[in-house]
Amino acid sequence: MAKSIDVSDLNIYYGSFLAVEGVSMFIEPKSVTAFIGPSGCGKSTVLRTLNRMHEVIPGARVQGKVLLDGEDIYGSAVDPVNVRRTIGMVFQRPNPFPTMSIYDNVVAGLRLAGRQPRAKLDAIVEKALRGANLWNEVKDRLKKPGASLSGGQQQRLCIARAIAVEPQVLLMDEPCSALDPISTLAIEDLIQDLKGKYTIVIVTHNMQQAARVSDRTGFFNLSAVGKPGRLVEMDDTQRIFSNPTDKRTEDYITGRFG
Amino acid sequence: MTENPPSPGATIGAAGSAHVGASTLSGGPSLISGASVRRGDRVFRGLSVAASASVLAIMAAIAAFLVSEAIPALAKNDANFLTETKWFPDPSTPGGPVIFGIASLAIDTLVSSLVAMAVAVPVAIGIALFTAYYAPRRLARPLAYLVDLLAAVPSIVYGLWGFFFFKNHLGGLVLWLDRWFGWTGLFHYRPSALPGNQSLFTAGLVLAIMILPIISAISREVFVQVPRQNIEAALALGATRWEMVRISVLPFGRAGVTSASILGLGRALGETLAVALILTQVYDINLHITENGGITFASNIALKIGEAENTGTGALIASGLVLFVITLAVNSVAQLLIRRSNVEA
Repeated sequence: MAKSIDVSDLNIYYGSFLAVEGVSMFIEPKSVTAFIGPSGCGKSTVLRTLNRMHEVIPGARVQGKVLLDGEDIYGSAVDPVNVRRTIGMVFQRPNPFPTMSIYDNVVAGLRLAGRQPRAKLDAIVEKALRGANLWNEVKDRLKKPGASLSGGQQQRLCIARAIAVEPQVLLMDEPCSALDPISTLAIEDLIQDLKGKYTIVIVTHNMQQAARVSDRTGFFNLSAVGKPGRLVEMDDTQRIFSNPTDKRTEDYITGRFG
Repeated sequence: MTENPPSPGATIGAAGSAHVGASTLSGGPSLISGASVRRGDRVFRGLSVAASASVLAIMAAIAAFLVSEAIPALAKNDANFLTETKWFPDPSTPGGPVIFGIASLAIDTLVSSLVAMAVAVPVAIGIALFTAYYAPRRLARPLAYLVDLLAAVPSIVYGLWGFFFFKNHLGGLVLWLDRWFGWTGLFHYRPSALPGNQSLFTAGLVLAIMILPIISAISREVFVQVPRQNIEAALALGATRWEMVRISVLPFGRAGVTSASILGLGRALGETLAVALILTQVYDINLHITENGGITFASNIALKIGEAENTGTGALIASGLVLFVITLAVNSVAQLLIRRSNVEA
């Protein structure tokens, strides 16, 4: 299922403003990659270019290549809708569809792909909710609104919604920043489970989290406010947190930043 | 109780009689708010209470006046006020029968307004969605501004335009509707009658043009407030533009669009002059809506008030009361709908 991502010479713009410059990286299939760095360094922006969500913002555009198992997702014949069906995304704030039930939230992506027989949907709902570690908590109230769940449950519902369509890659944009420590732990455990099936890229402000969940870590930085963000270095997580190559990474990791 | 200022004498002088209370023993300024702050609050509260009370008082006075004027006329009525279609409140010979009722007024008012809603609401939602989510950015801003501007133009202006335009151009549509949808009865049209450009259908179309901008402007306002995260939730799942609108924008905007539509319906129900211009006054119930004729509450009042005598005036006021009640009922139903859809959300 999982696919690799190969980014080369990526420049990302908001209108005429160059937000991120010259990013190149390779992400292995079935691995967890964490993006860390100070606010405004462009790590979320890079994440959003990986499933073409960046261009949803008016005026936003991208230069460079992003290959998904060798296929350029920015190719002229590629439909962004198909890219987003292949590469799932979980956002900073849990965003279940407020008017839909738990069940309908999970199958929302499948219904976009066309009508499905009820029995098949039932099976997928159970599988996705089990996959998101939510099944036991909600199996008796699938018809209740998704918004009736707690924040942590909502976020796991959003993960279930993303994995219900069986994507190749799962992008997570600070998925725990709006959650309490217990819910955060549940999501982190889930990421470990999901790693076996999906390529996962996670943006986080929490360095302990990056150290706990990821195999590889990319450190982003910007030289000054208003200057473009850059990928400073990317390496095995252990190495980044114990013996980084770049002085700036070390300063950031040890809290001596700036 | 009150503040304890460093120099009590000065404060008492400044705050005047509003400053009631004794100094405490502590020397520093107290945390309890000073008299001057509370006086501002009190003045503001007094003003706002007075304003809301006066609204209620005015409404009560109006209602009392209308009822007291309507009751004598209703008492003299020889027909059933609710089921009678004719309108002869002032007998031509003294002591003759007094006959008036709201049956045709009510039906025609509702029918013309429903035609207006059926035409205006889908188009208005379409305009709102286009300006909010489909139009290129360079076009979207001026378009949105234009729609807001159109909503501010008095509806009679559109009414006049619609009146003169439809007068000459509606015949073909009416015959086409008769040919394909005449079997429904609604669009059945007798070819022997005059061309149907003074019908409830025409009135409904003109009303639709009148209420279109306001519904569209408010709907657009609601649609652009859909939280970014709801929109991105849909797009990230691989929704197309339309699918995103369907699963994120429309559910969010439902309550607002309902309110906007009800506001439009209120305007349509009460619209007077345009309808009076268009309809040939026929006090009859005719559900073939493309055929000429019809009379609504508001147009009836406008047309009859000049010739009305004692009972006639009372009768018109009574009909106005009914319109008032219908509008109130429509609004209450809408409020219920909105509340229910909010609870679901």
